[in-house]
This record gives sequence, C-alpha cells and structure tokens, in this order.
Amino acid sequence: MTTLFRPQRQTLWQIFAIPTVLGVLSIVGLISALVGDGIWDGLSWLLLAIPVLLCAYAWLRPGASGGRIR
Amino acid sequence: MASGSSSLRKWSWVHKWSSIICTAFMLMLCVTGLPLIFHHEIDDLLHEEVKAAEVPAGTPYANLDEVVKNGLSKDPGHVAHFLIWDNDDPNTMMVSIGKTLDASPAKNRLVRLDAHSAAYLDAPDVTGRFTYIMLKLHTDMFADLPGKLFLGFMGILFCVAIISGIVVYAPSMRKLKFGAYRRDRPRVVRWLDIHNLSGIVLVMWMLVVGFTGVINTWADLVIKVWQFGQLAEMTAQYKDKPLPAHPSSIDAAVRVAMQAEPEMKPAFVAFPGTIFSSKTHYAVFLRGNTPLTARLLKPALIDAQSGVLTDSRELPWYVATLLISQPLHFGDYGGMPLKIIWAILDLITIAVLVTGLYLWLRRRQPAALGARAPKLATSDRRMEAAS
Repeated sequence: MTTLFRPQRQTLWQIFAIPTVLGVLSIVGLISALVGDGIWDGLSWLLLAIPVLLCAYAWLRPGASGGRIR
Repeated sequence: MASGSSSLRKWSWVHKWSSIICTAFMLMLCVTGLPLIFHHEIDDLLHEEVKAAEVPAGTPYANLDEVVKNGLSKDPGHVAHFLIWDNDDPNTMMVSIGKTLDASPAKNRLVRLDAHSAAYLDAPDVTGRFTYIMLKLHTDMFADLPGKLFLGFMGILFCVAIISGIVVYAPSMRKLKFGAYRRDRPRVVRWLDIHNLSGIVLVMWMLVVGFTGVINTWADLVIKVWQFGQLAEMTAQYKDKPLPAHPSSIDAAVRVAMQAEPEMKPAFVAFPGTIFSSKTHYAVFLRGNTPLTARLLKPALIDAQSGVLTDSRELPWYVATLLISQPLHFGDYGGMPLKIIWAILDLITIAVLVTGLYLWLRRRQPAALGARAPKLATSDRRMEAAS
C-alpha cells in the first residue's frame, strides 16, 4: 500500500497555514463587533461563523473519507 | 529530530495533564455558560416583571433624588449603594440597595423604577432563579472569592491545554490534510479527527473566551486595587472626613458630571461609602457611545457635601482590561446573531472536551495516531489488560 501512494510529511508551515488564517479572522471577528454597530456586527457574525461552518462541513460532508495527502 | 521528539513528549505531557485537571470544571463551565448567554431572554420568558410606562420620545426624566427615595421606600432601614441606568431599557432605572453601606454588594437587591415617573416597579428576588443558579455555579460554585480564584486557575490550565494542544496538533497532522475526518475508521480515529479539527478552528475563540474568563475571576481584586490606588489618590484630601450628614442632590451631581463630559452618558452612580466611591463623594460613572467606549467607564467624583466636581480621570489599564474582557467573555456585544454563534462555539468546545476526555481514556499516548494506526489494536489490547 505504501508503494502505491506514500504519504508525504507536511512542513510546519503547511500544517499551520490555514489555522493561522482562521486565527486572524477570529480575532478580527471578535474585535469588530466591539468597535462599532451595524456593519461591524455583521462582519463579526460572518467571521465567527467560519469555524462553525468548517466543522459542520467536515462532519457532514457526504461520502468523503480519508483526507490523507498524496 | 531527537531533541524535537523529546520536547514533543514534554508538550504531550503538558497537554495531557493540564487537560485532565481542568476538563471536568471546563465542562461544567461550558454547560452553565450556555444558558447564561441568553440570560435576558430566559428571565423574560420565566419571570414576569412590571414594565415601565411607554412614553413619547422627549418625555423628561424624573428627578434622580426622587428615584432613589422611592427605591428605598419599601425597604426601611436599607441604604442605597448604586443608582443604575438600564442599558437595555431607557424607560427603567435601578437602585441597588443593601442592609448597610459596607455589606457586600453581591448580596444587594435591585429595585426597578420608572425612569420618567420615578414610580416603584418591582424588586424581584432573583436568588431562586434558574439563571442565578447557573451564574453562581459558573462564577464561583457558591464559594465566593476562593471559588472564583479556583475556577480562574482552571481557566489558566485550559489556556495551557489549548496552547500545548496547538503544539501537539502538528505531529498529529503531518500526513493529513487540514480538516481531515476519516469517517470509515474506528471511533478513536474519528474522535481524534473531531478533536483536532474543532480544537484548531476554535483555537482563538477558546483562548479569548478562556482568558477573559480568567480575568473576570480577578474582578474583586482589581476593584480593590483600584480602590486603594487611583480612587484613594483622587480622594486623598478627603481621607479623614466622615460620611456627609446632609448629602447634596444626586440629580445635581449627575448634571455636574455630564456638563464636564458632554459626550458621555451616565452608567451608574456609586453613593458615598460604597466600594466604588469614597466616603465623601458621589462617583458618577460615565460611558461612551460605541460598544467599546460604552464599557470603558470614566468616574467623575462629585463632593457630596458641596456638590462640586473634584476630580475625573480615565480608569487605569487594569480596570480597563477587566471592563473590555467582560463583553469578550459574555458574547453580548453583537446582537442576537452573535449570541447564537457564541452558543454554537460553546457547544463545539464541549465536543473538544468530550473527545479529548475519550481519547485519554482510550489510550495513554496521544502522539501521532494517524501515523501509527496499525498499532492501535495492540494498544487497545494493552488498555483492556490494564482495566
């Protein structure tokens, strides 16, 4: 099996690229509702909903399995 | 690489033990915190309250001295600690009353009054309420300051668990794509994936809510430091004066404060001798207009004998930090949609805690499971033998 596709090891940067972006978006979302109302609240809802949507997508995605990098 | 794996072992150890110690309490905090996000709505649903009269815009407000007098009218022998403007309802005001001036304000009773007519509305006993019980469990487990500080320590461990979790996330994900969920694998693998994914996408939110929660447990101490620091400094020349025998008008004191800060609105007045003021002053706490500046209060001290403004300063950084950390912990600063998102994020945090607990119970070594899946059977057998 390993001869068919040997999983590559990702670098730290590859592993943490998306989480870093998500962390920054969360911070912006947490702060934006604090600085103003209206559009700032909307931005906050949008950005803080991203983690929720990602979790939902990963768990509910039909059929997908694995997630191994090839 | 060798030193890398040994430091990784240390991080795994930190992640494991910080989590084990705090998980039960964090679960309790997540469960009790969930209804607290909606405490207004729950109270409205479960408890009747006398509503203030609806009045046309521009109706003048009642004289504040009368509001306070009426607030005390049904509880002879009590004293007023604070006069509070209701943030959610401009038609309502509240007077926080206690048995004596030095009684803990945590035991105070809130009297609600009509802001325009100064009519007494009600003074509900909240201590039996569902939300009150949740709040007490959540803040101090009915154990006052020691309970608060203990939960604060659990919160610090939670933050340590999150940070060490980020470190051990890396080896776990070396061969997996971001967001991997191996649904056709045994439960221990699936729950590891859930733990990793939900843990890493919530990392910032959990850290912010966790750490601001820790800061909130220090509130009593922060207020004490402020009392003996800035407040004592501002009222130094009045130090030895007794409580005013014939205090000046509260209404006039608020007007003086608002003239000094025309851009701000009053949030509450602390009366002479209470924890937020000196023995000789009305401390009128003013707030700004944005969600941020509405939290950053500014006290204006009015001499309760002569009625003149004696000092007004920005709160020091440690009080400002406390005030800013409150909305960030409560999630009450961005309307109902933010509260709902807060609740869902809280539920996902529970999933992180439960999957983490399960993974610990299932196996002793939380190192890269994905890379060593074939070993699972042996480690399972070892677990069975051990139990």
